[in-house]
Amino acid sequence: MRQTAIIGIGQTPVREHWDYPIRQLAVQALWAAIKDAGAKHIEGLFVGNMLSGALAEQEHLGALIADYAGFPCIEAVKVEAACASGAAAVRQAVLAVASGHLEIAAAVGVEKLTEFSGKFSGKALATAADADYEASIGLSFAALNALMMQRYMYEYGYSKEDFAPFPVLAHQNAQYNPNAMFRYPITKEQYLKAKPIADPINLLDSSPISDGAAALVIVPLKNIQSFGGSAVKISACEIATDTIGLDNRENPIVLKAAQKSAQAAYKTAGIQPRDISLFEAHDAFSIITALSVEASGFANAGKAPKLAADGVFNINGRLPISTFGGLKGRGHPVGATGVYQLVEAAKQVRGTAPDKLQVDDVRLAMTQNIGGSGATVVTSILEKI
Amino acid sequence: MDIPRYWRLRNQRYRLEGTECIECGQRNFPPRCICPHCKSDSLKSFRFSGRGTVYSFSTIYQALDTFDKDIPYSIALVKLDEGPLITTQLADVGPDEIQIGQPVEMVIRKIYEDGENGPIQYGYKFRPALKE
Repeated sequence: MRQTAIIGIGQTPVREHWDYPIRQLAVQALWAAIKDAGAKHIEGLFVGNMLSGALAEQEHLGALIADYAGFPCIEAVKVEAACASGAAAVRQAVLAVASGHLEIAAAVGVEKLTEFSGKFSGKALATAADADYEASIGLSFAALNALMMQRYMYEYGYSKEDFAPFPVLAHQNAQYNPNAMFRYPITKEQYLKAKPIADPINLLDSSPISDGAAALVIVPLKNIQSFGGSAVKISACEIATDTIGLDNRENPIVLKAAQKSAQAAYKTAGIQPRDISLFEAHDAFSIITALSVEASGFANAGKAPKLAADGVFNINGRLPISTFGGLKGRGHPVGATGVYQLVEAAKQVRGTAPDKLQVDDVRLAMTQNIGGSGATVVTSILEKI
Repeated sequence: MDIPRYWRLRNQRYRLEGTECIECGQRNFPPRCICPHCKSDSLKSFRFSGRGTVYSFSTIYQALDTFDKDIPYSIALVKLDEGPLITTQLADVGPDEIQIGQPVEMVIRKIYEDGENGPIQYGYKFRPALKE
């Protein structure tokens, strides 16, 4: 297998994009990435998306986006793995280039959740869970996460306010990211008073319904000199799965797929967790940030909220997380999220993050994209060249 | 949920029927075609007793649209006496009365009505145990 690199990145702002259809969002991000790479064409396109069929009555996104991007005859396919669709598409692009099958491939994550009212998108999002045994008996996504959070609080003796540092930090960082959905800070007091969704989860634990697209152009590491773009090495992009139902897990507050994909990523990259300079976590809900940090080996079980309170995850802390605002602050356009994380990690490695968000001396940046209640997890590691 | 799909689930929704592996004895709910533990395809149906304890719980204030009219309602992961966890709604209990570790038992209740003229769908919920 060949080593690969990101040579171009692109993104649209994360918003409620009432003016734009899926194809336009995807093409904007894709062409931004192609121009950033200093390229003119791509040989393959992998589209990460979860809900275009349910919400926009449009499937077959591989062909659609390739067509509208001006590449009507290339290999193009949609990749779906719930909220992990974005990074799962990147994984396919990486494999296509690493295997020698393609010389230049793109991954674009795109999602449009605002085609219908919030209630409808909530129902569509719940299709990532077990339809027969979770969603159809009244469990939303927030409900599944609430079951994890309640048990976690019980086992480790935390109260609701101990989770405040996660959304407070996400908003703190998002305010300096021009592409973020929420560009304002929130306080612990606001967090504690927020509207309940599925107790103990409230509105400010939850990432927002949003639209957006992000894209990467990937080439063999040995060819980066042929492009104008600033290259970032992809040292690992590893995927693992777990039971679809939360109730079928050995321990519902351990993200086994996150453990497996993170361990595989460390092994592929030949590094240890302590070598990582920053971590783009999948903070769809505050509890998932804690579980993800622990599963990745950055904290012992039950310790993540304590580390968050100590400032370990702040921009100038020992392990900055969600440096562009994460899913909570930047927004969570489901199938695009994993690609946004990688675009942001690439900016950190390149040293082109906004001043207040740039982490010093970034050598290795890690991202983790989580689908469902942890049933698909993609962990990626980017390295400075 | 459409009627054929619901009908297919009748033994699970009404009888809590899962599977037991003939090779290794592992019990599963929902039923499996391949044993997740030993990969055997020799499984027989196994009816759970419907008794267990609350492993985790939540009260829902913002629901998927089908369940909107039921809010607030409570849900739980219940540890069945025979081993597996099951995801369920709770019945006959207020949000402040639920505790992790509490004994609960299965009852058949209305899960939802499919619109004004649609069928009413029933299935398991769990309530605080009435007897030892």
